[in-house]
Amino acid sequence: MIWNETKECMSRDEMTALQSARLVKQVNHVYHNVEFYRKKMQELGLEPGDITGLDDIEKLPFTTKADLRDNYPFGLFAVPKSEIVRIHASSGTTGKATVVGYTRRDLDTWSESVARCITMAGLGRDDTIQVAYGYGLFTGGLGAHYGAECVGATVVPQSTGNTKKLVTMMVDFGVTGIMCTPSYLLHIAEVVKEMGVESEIKLKSAICGAEPWTEKMRLQIEEQLHISAHDIYGLSETMGPGVACDCQYHNGLHIWEDYYLPEIVDKDTFKHVPDGETGELVLTNLQKEGMPLIRYRTKDLTSITHEKCECGRTSARISRFKGRTDDMLIIRGVNVFPSQIETALLEAGGVTPQYQIIVDRVNNLDTLEVLVEMDESSFSDEVKEIEALNKRVAHAIQQMIGLAVKVKLVAPKTLERSMGKAVRVIDNRKFD
Amino acid sequence: MADGFVRQLTVFIENRVGTLEEVAKVLKDNEINIYSISLADTSEYGLLRMIVSDPDKGSKILKESGFSARTTDVVAVRLENKVGTLASLFGTLSEAGIGIEYMYAMATSVVGAMILKTSDGAKAVEVLKAAGFGLLDEPGMFDLK
Repeated sequence: MIWNETKECMSRDEMTALQSARLVKQVNHVYHNVEFYRKKMQELGLEPGDITGLDDIEKLPFTTKADLRDNYPFGLFAVPKSEIVRIHASSGTTGKATVVGYTRRDLDTWSESVARCITMAGLGRDDTIQVAYGYGLFTGGLGAHYGAECVGATVVPQSTGNTKKLVTMMVDFGVTGIMCTPSYLLHIAEVVKEMGVESEIKLKSAICGAEPWTEKMRLQIEEQLHISAHDIYGLSETMGPGVACDCQYHNGLHIWEDYYLPEIVDKDTFKHVPDGETGELVLTNLQKEGMPLIRYRTKDLTSITHEKCECGRTSARISRFKGRTDDMLIIRGVNVFPSQIETALLEAGGVTPQYQIIVDRVNNLDTLEVLVEMDESSFSDEVKEIEALNKRVAHAIQQMIGLAVKVKLVAPKTLERSMGKAVRVIDNRKFD
Repeated sequence: MADGFVRQLTVFIENRVGTLEEVAKVLKDNEINIYSISLADTSEYGLLRMIVSDPDKGSKILKESGFSARTTDVVAVRLENKVGTLASLFGTLSEAGIGIEYMYAMATSVVGAMILKTSDGAKAVEVLKAAGFGLLDEPGMFDLK
């Protein structure tokens, strides 16, 4: 099912023409209304008239998270504050929160983005959707909520919190769709099992995002819960959830290019890379009014394809994220992404995807320890079997990342469960 | 069980002071009696193996209390308090090509036994019975009089 066939199945020529027109308009809008962008362009000797279409995009300056922080709170607003009807903020792990503002039209654009994703996941007005992202300053809850309301579904604003209550309502209300983080969904599945209500669940689709997860984990969720699981992407800086989502073919995430212009750049040279090659995703808001960003560096690593998808949509697809340019760990000089460890664990088998990576430095040497919960079924009465499992898991990880790691098998349910983004890495190293 | 096997309760023990007390308390609160117990240690964790009065109930309530627990079929071989009993037991098993994975002893006021996990449980039962060893496979056999 397609929410907006006109936009989602547009021919490439029509799309690039639309994008060009919108880009020109947007550059004018920010030049005249946002001091930050005007100054930046003037420094480069650029005038709005120099941007006549998509081909001129590389002339424009980048925007980074630091720019948002430096202009806290409202320095990047392109409209008077009276026209801003919503504020969202992300906590950020260091320093000030990142603030974003939306006009009424922006909220409509956002709802439309999410509606396309929800429809893509096979859900619509006859469905009951539980929104189990946190409601509040975080864009997850309200973003998912407005999108679900837009498609006309019966929306249950569950938020995160009491999981037993969530499961009870999931059963009682006949919930058919859920939107939450993948790690929380795995926890919900555990509670469903504990409560013994597996046969009473009518769930058919899950739309998960807000944290990275592997294809293997997505398949495991589908198998465990007998549903289709979709990967939704978004970031509050350029709107919220709903920037992209994968269809029933799960072959990349369709990005709504009429709203978010994607570029893939080399993470060091910042020049465009060809389709299919990995680089940093850069996004430009084409339709946003309140706080549009030009060439925002997301720090998410991905590749793009413009080939038409089997589902019929022509919108470009970005690959599953290979990691962020900044959640990459450097262990003894080797680049390690937590997602690689997740894949290795699922490949090894016998363990759950509940893991934690502890990085430390002992005697000037980096150490990597992976704590992983055993599967109920793989807990053995023989030490040698547990040791064999440990060896197999350590070997799988070593093959994947090229480093020997220590694996510590822990009892099921001992690692802290998250309702939001799971804390996968604890880095105890102090770099002075 | 009467098929030669007795159900052993195995619990994963974290390397933390107080864990064993917690396990014992759970069993106590649920009226479960422990006949025999052994603790296998590794540098990271321990495996607690026990013969109890109600292994299935024990496994269920320990899991509910947050422990990793399971039941396994093992053999409880009645032993006479006499020199040479063990040599005879081990000889019977080794001649049949059966290996011992782990074992621990049990002694109540009515009976002494060796609890064994072997490399081939079904064959072990057959071989031991044929050699005249008594297999304790009903929990009632362990009770103190």
